[in-house]
Amino acid sequence: MNIKLKIWRQKNAKAKGKFVNYNLDNVSPEMSFLEMLDALNNKLIIEGDEPVAFEHDCREGICGCCSLYINGTPHGPGEKSTTCELHMRSFKDGHTIVIEPWRSRAFPVMKDLIVDRNAFDKIIAAGGFISIDAGSSQDSNAVLVNKEKADEAFISASCIGCGACVAACKNASAMLFVSAKVSQFALLPQGRVEAVERVQSMVAKMDELGFGNCTNTYACEAVCPKGISVTNIARMNREFLAAKIS
Amino acid sequence: MAKLDSKIPKGPLAEKWSKYKSTMKLVNPANKKKLDIILVGSGLSGSAAASTLGELGYNVKVFCFQDTPRRAHSVAAQGGINATKNYKNDGDSDYRLFYDMIKGGDYRAREANVYRAAEVSNATIDQLTAQGVPFAREYGGTLDNRSFGGVQVSRTFYAKGQTGQQCLLGAYSGLSRQIKKGTVTMYSRREMLELVVIDGKARGIITRNLVTGELERHAGHTVILATGGYGTIYYLSTLAVNSNASAAWAAYKKGAFFGNPGFIQIHPSSIPVLNEYQAKLTLMSESLRNDGRIWVPKKKEDKRHANEIPEGERDYYLERRYPAFGNLVPRDVASRAAKERCDAGYGVGDTGLAVNLDFKDAIAKQGKKAIEDKYGNLFEMYEKITGINPYDEPMRIYPSGHYTMGGLWVDYELMTTIPGLFAIGESNFSDHGANRLGASSLMQCAGDGYFVISNTIGNFLSGEIRTPKISTDAPEFEKAEKDVTGKIKKLFAVNGKQTVTSFHKRLGKIMWDYSGMSRNEEGLKKALKFIDELKEEFWKDVKVPGTNNEINQELEKAGRVADYFGLAKLIVIDALNRGESCGAHFREESQTPTGEAKRDDANYSYVSVWEYKGDEQEPQLRKEALNYEFVEVKERDYK
Ligand SMILES: Cc1cc2nc3c(=O)[nH]c(=O)nc-3n(C[C@H](O)[C@H](O)[C@H](O)COP(=O)(O)OP(=O)(O)OC[C@H]3O[C@@H](n4cnc5c(N)ncnc54)[C@H](O)[C@@H]3O)c2cc1C
Ligand code: FES
Repeated sequence: MNIKLKIWRQKNAKAKGKFVNYNLDNVSPEMSFLEMLDALNNKLIIEGDEPVAFEHDCREGICGCCSLYINGTPHGPGEKSTTCELHMRSFKDGHTIVIEPWRSRAFPVMKDLIVDRNAFDKIIAAGGFISIDAGSSQDSNAVLVNKEKADEAFISASCIGCGACVAACKNASAMLFVSAKVSQFALLPQGRVEAVERVQSMVAKMDELGFGNCTNTYACEAVCPKGISVTNIARMNREFLAAKIS
Repeated sequence: MAKLDSKIPKGPLAEKWSKYKSTMKLVNPANKKKLDIILVGSGLSGSAAASTLGELGYNVKVFCFQDTPRRAHSVAAQGGINATKNYKNDGDSDYRLFYDMIKGGDYRAREANVYRAAEVSNATIDQLTAQGVPFAREYGGTLDNRSFGGVQVSRTFYAKGQTGQQCLLGAYSGLSRQIKKGTVTMYSRREMLELVVIDGKARGIITRNLVTGELERHAGHTVILATGGYGTIYYLSTLAVNSNASAAWAAYKKGAFFGNPGFIQIHPSSIPVLNEYQAKLTLMSESLRNDGRIWVPKKKEDKRHANEIPEGERDYYLERRYPAFGNLVPRDVASRAAKERCDAGYGVGDTGLAVNLDFKDAIAKQGKKAIEDKYGNLFEMYEKITGINPYDEPMRIYPSGHYTMGGLWVDYELMTTIPGLFAIGESNFSDHGANRLGASSLMQCAGDGYFVISNTIGNFLSGEIRTPKISTDAPEFEKAEKDVTGKIKKLFAVNGKQTVTSFHKRLGKIMWDYSGMSRNEEGLKKALKFIDELKEEFWKDVKVPGTNNEINQELEKAGRVADYFGLAKLIVIDALNRGESCGAHFREESQTPTGEAKRDDANYSYVSVWEYKGDEQEPQLRKEALNYEFVEVKERDYK
């Protein structure tokens, strides 16, 4: 099939960007979305142009690298899927596809479709951990964990840190990301020990880094490729309130 | 000349590690602060090492080429991580895991290292659990286990099909905690391009800042590589596409020997190639073989839909050939058996290069919910990629390049032949001999990082407490930086017409065709010639667009592929040298009349260790003899 592309090109963080149109023939429905971009880049390089820079690594929906805003939606039309899991069979012959980087003040564009998501690492370093040194842990079965709780913690923990939630939010809020980590630990007995300090320092860091507030529009949940639910946000709010009174 | 001394402690197998620990030299806490460690790689092994070395009080600088440590390739591991807890009361022990790995590795691994890997496995699970890794649990609240290929006990801990992600995030949270404490400094979007050796010791690295293109010098009292494997040498593999061997290759060229480069595991189950632009093959975890049954039609080129082929006309060839282990035979055996059926014309799908992995019976017996609980995300992933729902019809799978048992040669302390240079995780030639058993890499990576390197590095650094801070003004840094600049310039200067990826694809095809699942002398010799020709063409006609002073992904790829030409040759040379079949390395000249691999202990019971002698020279082979003191060397039999 033939695909028309409208892609954001920006030389570097300081340059002004613009949309550039491309035409790509011989796209097969079996191709993944990123393989389609590979094909475009192949063509651009051979024609002496600069390829489009975009981030990717695992190409199976687990590393969180890929981060494209496709036709106005983070990760495009797939349900619960990352950009790399999207296949061209989701598009029709002759379609125009608009591709942009994540748009958010906390994620500045570095080049073309690549943004800087380092702010997420800073939030984790503020408190997204359990303080336990290697060598001091007890036998894993010494503390029993309710299976449902453990499964729930797993779902919260399955966040891949791609930032689609922030990109989808009109306030650029990082609440879904932060609350998923807070929830994972809040649900496990190991995580309770530092629960108060954790939620406070992570939320403070999030505010400091310029992420916006949550106004309950739930756009984040709708685009999360891992299906992380906004109930995590509610849990974090409870944890935060409890921390205030404790 | 570097000496090949494996430094295995004397004494009974089960006492070696504790004896080593109680007699090794220590660094006192006040001195640790003054010692700088350069750690390249933030996968499970690197992140675990970073957090532990930070906890101990060392000054650690960590590097990775992704934008954050949490995206390292370890994130993609699916199936699980082993430990000898024996929670299932099914007779597991350190010795049994050790034995399974030695046997699974086809008697080509070093006993003492393997035993230690088993020995620290329980502490690793405890550490990960304590860090909040949400491993699967039983209703009673205890941890759950499943079994994996090549073994008969259930010792694999798992977090659905996302075990690697959860383990890595656990280790990354530990690393993040040390960043907050100030013991670890993280350098993301940096690629190590050269190793700096001063007076015979590893003292630093040259990195390229992948955002600005700037070359940076980083010095330390010691350097640890945790840079992962080189399965992407086949271009199509189950690895994250940016995985590469450039760091290990730089070390090799600076004098670190390479161990068993030809031992590369081909995983039996990945989603088959679907289109010509395909950039990667997605693994379908081995854990699926616990419940999935592998079959092909009994009739050649049977084009009926799988669901229409009656039970009596299906050939469950693994169950037929290997009744004792059935679908759970080790990976190398399963891969070759699939290739054998497909080559003989029984393969399924459009290309005939696929076999069925069927869950029909498991769903009938355990219910859909139970299967979904265990493999839900894998089934989803399969459906996203292929558009086929595996609850309703069998998955189609085919082997693909997956894991490199080979890597930098290390001694018992995980030190390479360059003093002060260590290699951990998949980057070393490690504990898996000629074939790795499922769920034992995460175990080794985490164990190396949390419990092994944190001890052995002290033995080296205790001799460095009087060494002042290493200066990046040393002439060795100057020269290393100049060499890197030269290489980058050379890549741009070619200014040819073909893309880097097109070369990588062609190199991958040479390697897959002649140095993949099945190898023979004639093919390997051809491969050597083809690699040379391709390399020559690359340096005449590759096109690297853009400039050095910006984000330039083509330049990054070009450097990695350029190094792969060298490594590809080394792999083939190693495969040529090893005239026997063992583990993943199958030489057609060495097989039994029924087509099983035939090992040759009289001539090849050694680790092949290669020393770099120059780009145009043949590498020199050295042999680390493998003396089995604690197991009886037997034929590997899964029948
Ligand atoms: C699809 C898949 C599934 C798997 N499933 C399992 C499983 O279920 N169980 C199991 O035990 N094993 C599994 N494995 C194997 C296991 O995941 C890997 O062997 C292991 O994770 C490797 O970890 P590592 O720490 O050695 O390196 P990696 O996780 O590969 O990390 C390498 C690190 O090095 C950095 N790096 C590399 N080169 C440079 C450089 N030049 N400069 C700067 N940084 C650099 C990277 O940025 C990265 O941070 C699987 C492998 C694959 C491919
Ligand atoms: S490339 Fe890893 S999630 Fe898309």
